[in-house]
Amino acid sequence: MQPYIVLPLIIPLLMVLTALARFRVFRRRLAQIGAFANLLACVALLIVTETGQIQVSQMGGHPAPYGITLVVDPLSAIMLTIAAVIVFAVVIYSRAAIDINRERFTYYPLLGCLLLGINLAFLTGDLFTLYIAFEIMLMASFVLLTLGGERGQLEGGLKYVVLNVVGSTLFLIAIGLTYSVAGTLNLADLAQRLADAPSIGITTVLAGLFLIAFGIKAAIFPLFFWLPASYHTPPIAITALFGGLLTKVGIYSMWRVLVLVFPNELVVLQPLLLTLAMLTMITGVLGAVAQMDLRRLLSFHIVSQIGYLLMGTALLTEAGLAGAVFFMIHVILAKTALFFISGIAYEAQGSYDLKKLGGMRVMHPGVALLFVLAAFSLAGLPPLSGFWAKLLLIRAALEAGQYLVVAVALGVSLLTMYSMVKIWNEAFWAPPAPGRVAAMLSREDRRSLMFPTTLLVVLIVVVGLLAEPVIRLSSQAAVGLMQPAAYIDTVLVDSEVEE
Amino acid sequence: MLLIFALTAGVMFACGVYLMLRRSMVRLIIGLSLLTYAVNLLIFAEGDLQRRAAPIIDAVPEDQMADPLPQALILTAIVISFGMLAFSLALAYRASQAAMTDNVDALQRTDRDI
Repeated sequence: MQPYIVLPLIIPLLMVLTALARFRVFRRRLAQIGAFANLLACVALLIVTETGQIQVSQMGGHPAPYGITLVVDPLSAIMLTIAAVIVFAVVIYSRAAIDINRERFTYYPLLGCLLLGINLAFLTGDLFTLYIAFEIMLMASFVLLTLGGERGQLEGGLKYVVLNVVGSTLFLIAIGLTYSVAGTLNLADLAQRLADAPSIGITTVLAGLFLIAFGIKAAIFPLFFWLPASYHTPPIAITALFGGLLTKVGIYSMWRVLVLVFPNELVVLQPLLLTLAMLTMITGVLGAVAQMDLRRLLSFHIVSQIGYLLMGTALLTEAGLAGAVFFMIHVILAKTALFFISGIAYEAQGSYDLKKLGGMRVMHPGVALLFVLAAFSLAGLPPLSGFWAKLLLIRAALEAGQYLVVAVALGVSLLTMYSMVKIWNEAFWAPPAPGRVAAMLSREDRRSLMFPTTLLVVLIVVVGLLAEPVIRLSSQAAVGLMQPAAYIDTVLVDSEVEE
Repeated sequence: MLLIFALTAGVMFACGVYLMLRRSMVRLIIGLSLLTYAVNLLIFAEGDLQRRAAPIIDAVPEDQMADPLPQALILTAIVISFGMLAFSLALAYRASQAAMTDNVDALQRTDRDI
């Protein structure tokens, strides 16, 4: 029993309680402290599980398949830490990027609520708690997305809400059917029982249902239309947070549920998964190439990057999954950094439209440098994090003999590069648009915008230069997923010992 | 009994999807809530549908106990879908005010420049 596992749940809960704090500035300060404390707790968990150790905590002392189990294995620890980094950066960034009215309303408590849902999704060891985590996360994201009530936000919000509620409904159906097939909802127990299921038919249907349910959350190919319709509508700090984290929780759930519980069924579904991965990559990047609005361009890139994650998953090899985990770390950092930079461009020049932006290179050389690093990393240039991520994925695909996927992934990389160059040309290189006066940022605003962006870009560079330990960590996470014996034993056997 | 549950859930799913495909925002929300209720029926039908005693250890013999888990799932799901319904109603109300129409097809501002 390791009670400190609940820290990543308690701290966000305390952040939610800051809603009771009297003053806006006070509330903001508390949220910053909370996000930092959460970061420390998650890093501590990462260090504890770094050697591949699995930490389990049974809530309320009920033994494993009956109670609610919280599990931290290397994969969860990586995800928790990266989410904590992003939320910390967003909280700092929000000081300048979120207007007073939103701050005065429950912006920071909602961030805490969102973080609570995300952390619970990463920590939980049973399906129903995963559903509840999704709902907490979704509810907070609904309010964050529509907070402020501008017309675009309301319209985008409605589309987001409807499609995500449909996704949750499918998820719930899948959970109900799983329970009637297996008689348990504990992931470790499920993995054990379904491993010798009598018929692969019904379990394949279940795996397909989970794939669709998580696919809606993760925005994979035919199910992604809610994302570009809604993500560009809220203030940029919220877009950055959503773009960095929310879809990735869907992918994480795919790993946790599909790879752990339904490995045999995934073999049946593999051609479908690979096709979906390719189509997701292609449609995402083609959508991005056509856009002239920074936020919308980057939103389409989220879809495209999800394709890479799905590709690593679909290979069904340890190398593929390790590549996908590395890619996850890389893409969360790079994506959020790029959204942050587009927010700085907006604060400086008052527009997200590439045609109206210009001259950022001369006026803000520091921002230009940050953009180059983040954009090159997203496109996959060495020695930045994106290069290693793509290298691992493509090597894994070559080993698995999936040459078509390799070709698509490389082509999509090229198009990613193209759209990053387009941003560079229009916003940074081109002369300033005529008649546009650059707004001077106040020193304090500047600091709170630049600090988190720099933090993320430094992390991208560090992950790129010191790739070795990160690759080792990702491989460990992948091994934990592909060889679930240790996970199952720790969850189920430990609880028996403690009785 | 199971057949009745299955048919009812099926019809509710069909009605929900039909309503969601209409253009009216109100119907969209009603369809959405029908879907979530249909799921509750589905889960309920998966627990077994006999009359059984409350699952209290030592007070009731084990073979006469009802399975409490599907009911716990449904209760949670009802609470969540209630919250969702309240939020989506408020959202649809604000959206229809902002767009001055109930027609979902008119919500195209996010596809154009804002």
